[in-house]
Amino acid sequence: MRTRMSALFDALLPVIATLAALAVGAVMLLILGVSPVTAYAALFDGAFGSFNAFAETLVKATPLLLVALGICISFRGDVINIGGEGQMIVGALLATWVGLTFTEVPGWLIVVFAMLAGFLGGAVWGGIPGLLKAYFNVNEILSTVMMNAIAVQLMNFLLRGPMIDPSQAQLASKIPQTARLLDEFHLARLAPTRLHAGALIAVGLAFVVYILLWRTTLGYRIRAVGQNPHASRYAGIKTARYMALALILSGAFAGLAGAVQVYGVNYRMITDGSASGFTGAAGFNGIVAALFGQLHPILSIPASILFGALLVGANSMQRAIQIPSALITALNGLVVVFVVSSEIWRRRRQRRRLAVAKEEETPGRPTPPEVQKEAAR
Amino acid sequence: MISELFTTTVLIGILASGIRLATPYLYAAIGETFSQKSGVLNLGVEGQMLLGCFAAFYVALTTENLWLGLLAAMIVGAVMGLAMAFVTVNLHAQQGISGIGFYLFGLGMSDLLFQKLLGTVETVKGFPEIYIPGLSDIPGIGEIFFSQNILVYGAFLLVPIAWFVLNKTTLGLKIRSVGENPDAADSLGVSVARVRYFTIILGGTLSGLAGASLSIALLNVFQQNMTSGLGFIAVALVYFGAWKPAGVLAGALLFSMVNSLQLWIQVLGIPVPSDIAVMMPYVLTILVLVATVSKVRTPSALTKPFERED
Repeated sequence: MRTRMSALFDALLPVIATLAALAVGAVMLLILGVSPVTAYAALFDGAFGSFNAFAETLVKATPLLLVALGICISFRGDVINIGGEGQMIVGALLATWVGLTFTEVPGWLIVVFAMLAGFLGGAVWGGIPGLLKAYFNVNEILSTVMMNAIAVQLMNFLLRGPMIDPSQAQLASKIPQTARLLDEFHLARLAPTRLHAGALIAVGLAFVVYILLWRTTLGYRIRAVGQNPHASRYAGIKTARYMALALILSGAFAGLAGAVQVYGVNYRMITDGSASGFTGAAGFNGIVAALFGQLHPILSIPASILFGALLVGANSMQRAIQIPSALITALNGLVVVFVVSSEIWRRRRQRRRLAVAKEEETPGRPTPPEVQKEAAR
Repeated sequence: MISELFTTTVLIGILASGIRLATPYLYAAIGETFSQKSGVLNLGVEGQMLLGCFAAFYVALTTENLWLGLLAAMIVGAVMGLAMAFVTVNLHAQQGISGIGFYLFGLGMSDLLFQKLLGTVETVKGFPEIYIPGLSDIPGIGEIFFSQNILVYGAFLLVPIAWFVLNKTTLGLKIRSVGENPDAADSLGVSVARVRYFTIILGGTLSGLAGASLSIALLNVFQQNMTSGLGFIAVALVYFGAWKPAGVLAGALLFSMVNSLQLWIQVLGIPVPSDIAVMMPYVLTILVLVATVSKVRTPSALTKPFERED
């Protein structure tokens, strides 16, 4: 009974952290002279108020979920991937190139290849810092941030030069964008809204990642290396290889998110010079969603929908009562801080449970494996 | 066209703006050196800088007093540092991730305040150049080193001060011991928590100052996300400089000189794609990290929360 209560409390921690962030947001709104009730009502209405609004929420949630799935893999392997933005961009670039180059191939085949290209592009962009961490001991937090900056410039260069829309190239304005993908290459729409098949792909992959992490040797080893690299090495696991793999896979999912954005929503790439101009900061917000989902692929689904809703709601809040949507970026930051800070209570209770288990244990009786597992965390 | 780069005027221009552009990197990276030396990776520098940028700009614009702006930026940075210290020292939160949280907070908050309080891009009259008597008249050298504003001089002065504090004072010894072996430091009566609070708040204050140097001394405007990754580079510079102030200085200068060169290439209209030029410093950083990381030892307790063994 006690364990069940505390398991419930563990599950609720992120929710409490988010409510705390929203409470801080309410104070900020009061300081700005806006009633928090009006603001949050506008936010909720914008995200869930109509069928169309909810569809928009799911559209925003899709890249968040894909990035979050990658984050689940890398963070479980104790590899901190901050490079989602860059990985999305490179995945999108490669996928766009496929769609613009092979125009004679049947549509469904191009979509398949484009998604694979996105996966591959992200894998390469995550793989470079992954290999550098595994074999040269380069801090992956720094290298992934650097890779983000490099990817932005690569995108700007390609969209202004080699990949520019031929019709723009002749104009004086030279808007840095690619040509539009052929209609038959677009991901299918699911309803008369902007909701597209990418959302289904993302949900399906959430289950794949769950199986990968908990039902395969690869996933087991990634998690083992993440929990205790020394013990894993002692057990004969090549830790460097699994760290690199964790970051490669993580990047691949972000790259796929980029490809899905192009084939499902924008149908072309266009740059305003910044990363978030293309990604909408999904590379960062995906981390928020994954943490909220306790680095569990299935829990990341509702988490992504929640943060997608916040983003969509923020835009309509801006339109309705002129509260800049930047408020939500700030609140997302607070959610991250609160969620990682609240981990301490989970760890404390775990330790207490462990202590109780030890006391109850009769001499000579081995410790139950669950307790050992928890002790290793 | 390339030959245009090598005229004396242009070379002096490149070097002078290179020195100037090193300023924000130096403040932020020296501050980060202190916190990393004590074992804390503060990845929220970018957010602290953005809020510092805005605070300095807004206060300077409304009070018409640049010094008050500077003070405001430092206070905002210190408060952000205090929050970071509480979260990492008392709550043992994962440092890299909570840093990203503080970054997002600073990014959104500075944007929100900008849109609510200013709305449009305005300019302020920033700190003026101070010509050091005598020295500023030396041809070339004078223009490069001795005709800068006060925050530029301050940034370069900070390097020897930081070296002295870290290596020649008791405080520095405490900071280093807490970053290398917190258990031993604790058993000798050094308060690990207090030292880390000090370094993280100092780091935040200097990040705020770094932001101020952008908005009221170098660019004299405020725009959304105007640091555009500068704070993250400052964190990388600490690794780059192997946790030594002189190394950080070298890295900051390398970065700012490449940036300045890149700006001048655009000004002169030399046909090198500017995107590729902008990319180079980042590629360079990764390469240097690869080359140096195996030879340099990270502070042993970096990113590890300290818990007393009971």
